[in-house]
Amino acid sequence: MNVAQWNGFREGVWQEEINVRDFIQQNYKEYTGDADFLAGATARTDKMMNKVQNLFRKERLNGGVLDVDVETVSSLTSYAPGYIDKEHELIVGMQTDQPLKRGVNPFGGMRMARQACAAYGYRLSDKMETEFHYRTTHNDGVFRVYTDEMRAARKCHVITGLPDAYGRGRIIGDYRRVALYGVNRLIEQKKEDKRRLADGAFNYEVTRAAEELYQQISFLEKLKEMAQLYGYDISMPAADAREAIQWTYFGYLAAIKEQNGAAMSLGRVSTFFDIYIERDIEMGVLTEEGAQELMDDFVIKLRIARHLRTPEYNELFGGDPMWITEAVGGMGKDGRTLVTKNSFRMLNTLYTLGSSPEPNLTVLWSNALPEGFKKFCAKVSVDTDSIQYENDDVMRPLHGDDYAIACCVSAMELGKQMQFFGARCNLAKLLLIAINGGYDTTSGMHIGPQMPVLDAEVLDYDTVMERYDIYIQWLSRLYVNTMNIIHYTHDKYAYEKIQMALHDTNVERLMAFGVAGLSVVADSLSAIKFAKVTPVKDKLGYIVDFERDGDFPKYGNDDDRVDEIAREMTHKVITELRKTPTYRKAIHTLSVLTITSNVMYGKHTGATPDGRPAGAPFAPGANPMHNREENGALASLNSVAKLQYEDCRDGISNTFSITPDALGKSEEERVDNLVSILDGYFAKKAHHINVNVLNRDTLIQAYKDPEAFPNLTIRVSGYAVNFNKLSREQQREVISRTFHEAV
Amino acid sequence: MSVGRIHSIQSLGAVDGPGVRFVVFLQGCPLRCHCCHNPDTWELAGGQEQEAAALVKKALRYREYFGRDGGVTLSGGEPLLQAEFCEEFFRLCHQEGLSTCLDTSGILLTDPVKALLSHTDRVLLDIKYTGEELYRKYVGCSYQPVLDFLDYLDEQSIKTTLRQVIIPTVNDEEENIRRLREIARAHPCVDKVELLPFRKVCQVKYDELGISFPFGDKPEPTAERMAQLKQMLKY
Repeated sequence: MNVAQWNGFREGVWQEEINVRDFIQQNYKEYTGDADFLAGATARTDKMMNKVQNLFRKERLNGGVLDVDVETVSSLTSYAPGYIDKEHELIVGMQTDQPLKRGVNPFGGMRMARQACAAYGYRLSDKMETEFHYRTTHNDGVFRVYTDEMRAARKCHVITGLPDAYGRGRIIGDYRRVALYGVNRLIEQKKEDKRRLADGAFNYEVTRAAEELYQQISFLEKLKEMAQLYGYDISMPAADAREAIQWTYFGYLAAIKEQNGAAMSLGRVSTFFDIYIERDIEMGVLTEEGAQELMDDFVIKLRIARHLRTPEYNELFGGDPMWITEAVGGMGKDGRTLVTKNSFRMLNTLYTLGSSPEPNLTVLWSNALPEGFKKFCAKVSVDTDSIQYENDDVMRPLHGDDYAIACCVSAMELGKQMQFFGARCNLAKLLLIAINGGYDTTSGMHIGPQMPVLDAEVLDYDTVMERYDIYIQWLSRLYVNTMNIIHYTHDKYAYEKIQMALHDTNVERLMAFGVAGLSVVADSLSAIKFAKVTPVKDKLGYIVDFERDGDFPKYGNDDDRVDEIAREMTHKVITELRKTPTYRKAIHTLSVLTITSNVMYGKHTGATPDGRPAGAPFAPGANPMHNREENGALASLNSVAKLQYEDCRDGISNTFSITPDALGKSEEERVDNLVSILDGYFAKKAHHINVNVLNRDTLIQAYKDPEAFPNLTIRVSGYAVNFNKLSREQQREVISRTFHEAV
Repeated sequence: MSVGRIHSIQSLGAVDGPGVRFVVFLQGCPLRCHCCHNPDTWELAGGQEQEAAALVKKALRYREYFGRDGGVTLSGGEPLLQAEFCEEFFRLCHQEGLSTCLDTSGILLTDPVKALLSHTDRVLLDIKYTGEELYRKYVGCSYQPVLDFLDYLDEQSIKTTLRQVIIPTVNDEEENIRRLREIARAHPCVDKVELLPFRKVCQVKYDELGISFPFGDKPEPTAERMAQLKQMLKY
C-alpha cells in the first residue's frame, strides 16, 4: 500500500502490514536539546481554556456532575455532535452532545447506572430501563455464575474493587492506527483475519474469535460514521499533523463512548504525532506555535472527558479519574531516545493550559534519557505536581519499545497485549483472618478454611507464617477463579469492540491481580518476628488487638530484615496465583497499587500487629506506612525499590511527597536534585514514583478553603487528582502522609 | 577501627552541600549558640555508636542517587569533636570514590582535624557572625579560631562554602553582609556564600529537652529581606 498521505515518510514494512512501531522507528527524529524551543499558549487557546475553566467551575458548584443524558445509551453514534466553541476548535469530538454532560453506559451493569444517576439527582429513563430489561449486562452475567464463597469474599472485603458491576477498562486501543492507516485498511485486515479462521475447525475458541471479529469490523464501520457526524471522512490515512491528531482522537473518543472502564488510557501518541508535525514544519505549513496549539486543543478534549460513577466507586477511585494515561519519552531498542520535541510539547500543556490531573502524563524514565528532557520533566514536577515516572529500563526488556501504561502502572505492548483488570485483595485483612482461623472480626463472617483461633501467649513467627500460607493458597485460588468468571462474562456481554479492533487479532492477554496492605503486613510480620506481640482476645475468643513489647524494623528504612519480608510476600502471592489457570490463558501479573482505596481497605480491617489501629488507612500502594520512616526519603525509596518487578509485573506504585525546602535552595537546585533522585531510584530497578513537591500547609489550607484552590493537583497513587475532588476522608489521609522535610 | 557517636542519619540531604547527599549528624558540640536548631545534638554522651566502616557501607547504599555533584556530608553537632572517626569515615569514602563534605563551625584546628581536612572535598563553614563581640555574646567563644580555620582551608585549597544564619535584630544588617563579602574575597577557597534564614521550628526540640531557646523571641526574617541581603552579597 502506498498513498499520497504518506509522501515524505521513509518506507518500511509498516506499509505492508499494520505496524505502527516500524513507522515510528523509520521516521521519528530524536530530540536531545532543552526546552527553549517551546512556545506558549495562543490567544485562541487561552480563550478556549477560559471557557473550559468556567465549565469546570459550574460542574464543581453543581456537586461534581454538570449534566447527565438519561435517555440515550452511550455509543459511538448515539449523540449529535458536541462542541465547546465550534468555530474555534482545532480538534473536535465529544462524548455526548454537550461538554461535561455525562452519558449513561449500562452494559457493565444496570444497578451501577441507576445508582450513579440517583446519586446526582437524576433518574434513569423508562426507555433505557425497558431496553435493558431484555438485555443481559456484564453484571448480570457475573452474578449468575459467582459461587457463595466468591460472594462472601467480596462482601467481607477481602477481595474488593472487582470489575463485576462496571466496565473493566485497562485496555488500550492502538488509536494511532486510525491515523496511520485510515479505517478502511484496518477493516480489510480484520476481514482477512476472519477469512483465515475458516481454514481451521470451528471449536469454541475459533467460533468466539469469529464473532469478536465480526463485532470489531462492525464497530470500525461505526467509527467512520461517528467521524462523519463531525464532517470527517477517516476511511483513508491522515494527511497532516492536525488530521493525525484528529483521527487518533476519534479512535480514542469511540472507545470512551463505547466503554466506561475504570481506566481508559490513551497509549503513547506524542512521538507518533511528532513525525507528522516535523513533516508539516519542514514543508512550511506549521509553526512551533501552531504545533503547540494543536497539542493544546487535543489535551483540552482529554481534560473534559468524563464517566458517570457511583459514590461507592469514588470511594475506591477518588477524584473522578479516567486514567487517560499517556506514556512520554523512553528509549528505543536501538539505543536512540524516543524523546522528540513533541514529548516536550505534551508536558508543556501543563504550562499552556495549567496543571491538571488528566491526561495522566507518565514519563518513561531511563538513565540514558537526554539531560535536557530529564531536567524539563523535573521542572514540570516541581512546578505542577502533575506527572509520574516509570522505569523504562525495567519495562523495555519485557515489553519492547512501543508499550504504554494503562491506568497507573500497567505496562502493555500497544496493539499486541491487553489486560484483564482484577483490582486487589487485602493482605492485611487476610493475615487477621488466618490468625482467627477463618473468622473476619470486622464483618463477623466465617470465611476460608475453618480452624481454631491461634492459641499462643506470644505470637510465634513460624507458626503465624504457616497459618498465613494456608490462607494465601486458599485466597489465591479463589481470586483467580473469580477473575476467570468476570472476564468470561465481560467478553460475552460487554466486549470492547472498538478497542480490540485496534489490536492485532491474536493478542497476548495479561491477568492483573493486586495486593493492598503490603506495608502493614511487612511491619506486622516484622513485629511478630523481632518484638514480642501478644494477642488480645474479645469475649468470643477472637483476636481483635495486639500488644507489642520491644522495637522492630519497619519497612521504609532500608532495613533488609523487614524489606525482605515485603519482597517475599509479593513473590509468594504471585507464585500461588500462578498455580490456578486463567481464562484465555492470560499471563498472571501482580500489582502493588491501591489507587485511593487504601482508605477504604483500612476501614474494613481490624487492628494489626504492627500497631495500626482498627479502621486506620493503609499506606497507598507500596508506600511505607505514614511517618514510620526514620532515615529520610532515600531510605524509604530504597525499601520500595527492593520489590521485584519480575514478581509484580503489573506495577509497584510509590507516592513521594517532599517539601520544596527539603529538595533544594533554589529552583535550579531542586530540578537538579530531583533528576539525581530519579536517576538513583530507577538505577535501583524501582518501578514507579509519583512526585509531589509541596508543603503540607498548602493541603491543609485547601482542605479548609477548597474554593481558594480550585486547580490544586496532586499525585496520589499512580494518578493525579484535583485535591478538591477527593472525599474529606481521602483528603485527611493525604495530609497525614509522610512529607519529607528539611531538618 | 574508630567508633563515632551518631545523632541521626538523613538519607536525602539536598541542602547540606552540593547535590544529593547522605548526611550524618554527629553527636556532641562544644558550642552553645543562641540560634542553634539542633540542641538535641549537644551532649557528647548521647546518640548511637557506629563504626566508620559500617557507616560507609550504609552510605554506599545511596551512591546511585549522588549523581555528578552529590556524596556524603558530616554535620552535627560538631564533627571536629570526633575528628579521628570523621577522618576514617572520609578516607574510606574517598577509597570508594564518594565526594566528602564537612559542615562545621571551624572552631578547632588540631592535628586530627588537619588529617580530616586532607580527606575533605568541601567545607561548609558556618561562620556565625563577623565579629569578636557577637561571637563572645552569642556563641560563647572567640572569633579568631574560625578565621584561623578559614586561613588553613585557603592554604590547603579546600573548596569552601561560607554559611551564615540571618537573624533579624542580630546580624541582618548590611554591614555584616559587607564584611562577609570581604572575608569571602580575601579567601580564594571560598566559591560560594549561603545565607540561611533563621527558623524557629526547633522550638519543639527545646521544649522536649526542657531548656529555653535563647533566640526564641527573635523574629524569622522575611523572604524579601533574605532576597535583599543575598543581592547585596553579589556587589
